[in-house]
Amino acid sequence: MDIQTLTFIIVGLTFALYIGIAIWARAGSTRDFYVASGGVNPLANGMATAADWMSAASFISMAGLISFMGYDGAVYLMGWTGGYVLLALCLAPYLRKFGKFTVPAFIGDRYYSNTARTVAVICAVFVCFTYVAGQMRGVGVVFSRFLEVDITAGVIIGMGIVFFYAVLGGMKGITYTQVAQYCVLICAYLVPAIFISIMMTGHVIPQIGFGAELNDGSGTYLLDKLDGLSTELGFAEYTSGTKSTIDVFFITAALMVGTAGLPHVIVRFFTVPKVRDARKSAGWALLFIALLYTTAPAIATFARVNMIDTINGPDAQGTAYEEAPGWISNWENTGLISWEDKNGDGKMFYSGDERNEMDIDRDIMVLANPEIADLPAWVIALVAAGGVAAALSTSAGLLLVISTSISHDLLKRNLMPHISDKQELRYARIASAVAIGIAGYLGINPPGFVAQVVAFAFGLAASSFFPAIILGIFSKRMNKEGAIAGMVSGITFTAAYIIYFKFVNPAANTPENWWFGISPEGIGTLGMLLNFAVAVAVARFTSEAPRDVQAMVADIRFPKGAGEASAH
Amino acid sequence: MSFESEKHAEDYWKENLRLMFTLLAIWFAVSFGCGILLVDELNAIRLGGFKLGFWFAQQGSIYVFLALIVVYVIKMNKLDRKYNVHEDHEEPQELGESLEEEYTH
Repeated sequence: MDIQTLTFIIVGLTFALYIGIAIWARAGSTRDFYVASGGVNPLANGMATAADWMSAASFISMAGLISFMGYDGAVYLMGWTGGYVLLALCLAPYLRKFGKFTVPAFIGDRYYSNTARTVAVICAVFVCFTYVAGQMRGVGVVFSRFLEVDITAGVIIGMGIVFFYAVLGGMKGITYTQVAQYCVLICAYLVPAIFISIMMTGHVIPQIGFGAELNDGSGTYLLDKLDGLSTELGFAEYTSGTKSTIDVFFITAALMVGTAGLPHVIVRFFTVPKVRDARKSAGWALLFIALLYTTAPAIATFARVNMIDTINGPDAQGTAYEEAPGWISNWENTGLISWEDKNGDGKMFYSGDERNEMDIDRDIMVLANPEIADLPAWVIALVAAGGVAAALSTSAGLLLVISTSISHDLLKRNLMPHISDKQELRYARIASAVAIGIAGYLGINPPGFVAQVVAFAFGLAASSFFPAIILGIFSKRMNKEGAIAGMVSGITFTAAYIIYFKFVNPAANTPENWWFGISPEGIGTLGMLLNFAVAVAVARFTSEAPRDVQAMVADIRFPKGAGEASAH
Repeated sequence: MSFESEKHAEDYWKENLRLMFTLLAIWFAVSFGCGILLVDELNAIRLGGFKLGFWFAQQGSIYVFLALIVVYVIKMNKLDRKYNVHEDHEEPQELGESLEEEYTH
């Protein structure tokens, strides 16, 4: 059976599974729709959180990014896992005890202010849309390469599937499909990694394999070989990287704090029955995420060595184009790899200096990995299904936050307080249908800045939500004046810095012009510090939070008496 | 008030914060410390094929994060029981009763 047919069968089977789950887990009330009735087992919730969190970017792009960045890639590895420690220790249990459906609901109630609530709704919707556009694009790319339909058709198929289970099942449908999607995506990620690890080093576990000796009898460590290759070819040493220490520090911090402030991640902890389960669930989530995140740097190393060896040949003089393996021409069709014979010798050569003749997109590293390593066709089909699962699970989680923010926080709590539960549920479904439409449009016609705004989303979450939530829990007297002033100054500062360097004056986006050498990707950390400072200063000069609010804060600090998550 | 007394509430919160800050200090030390600030120094030490600083940045810190959450979950469950603010409706533990004696108003 050829790869094409196998891919259709495997992707088709996973789709049938998702739809089956959606029909089984239909939502009957807003509690079903928003928080899956708060009855999700912590282990299942951990898996769902992991699938929710690991997007097409984690699945498709991250190993490739690390592969090209070497040590510097650690900003993503530590940044996107370290945030879960903050979530488990500082946020999840308290927000679960608070027991509302959404992040804007916490901000609005804790700071006794509809202005604060509205600011939070706007931030949440903006962050989620930026994200979801990238996901839809990911679905499109996977479809176009593996199923050979065009990107538009790929996006429409993806939208159709998400529409079905998000609109029908809400959080309940999404949670159980995400559990299935996690299983698909983690298998798709681990299987090729294990195969390649065995082939290159003889170790079954990739996490050990990439620190081991090559099994070609040379006795050289894999990483030493890669360091040697990198310096010979004019790249930085793989295990050292090129970013400045302060920049690595700030980017890592911004990603960690941003992770802990992202609304679609936080909301997952509202779906478990108890405070205790919220803590446990964060642990399960990190375990499931760590499975992929500790494998990614191994894949990055294997793939880079493999790729350099294939293109430059065993004698490091280049491989003749006619003798190139099939994957190069397969991926040339997608435009993700290209070769220009600059010295006219008919051989491909890849390097970090003027000898370079290859243009390689980093996304190719995971998607083409099984082909580069010559793995069986079913592994390639599995990777396609995994890429789609990663993109769909994250899109669904984000779309839910958008629809909840609109139907619950904006309509029910602000504009139309008298609608019934049935009406609210209908508005939630309409909002998610509209959101899917917009996300699909953005996926088909991506604005040029999608890649750049990802940094924006994290910076924004880090500099707005995170300090407001932390102060709301750990400082009883923090008042609405402080919180609003903090959020507004944090966001404005971060947004201004990013917009200046990314859109207004991209030519100036070099380390010499950055403040303290901090890149726009890391500026959210400074924005967060500013938010904290402003909030504390303003709160000192204004009257402290009312007594009933302080009593509420005292109440969320211990687990006993945590009821079910509720609307009011 | 779900606590036996104001004093219990304060002590519970203090113990909670102490645990949280201890774990966060370790969190900072492995990621920002070993993985970023001290990476060059640690890279002089080798762990098989890995340079130690590189290993902390791309592997070790993630394992430690996981361990931190596990410790937090276990310790907090104990703390909740000690002050009798856990969620199950059971008879108070012996530890809770002995505390009660300790803090007789």
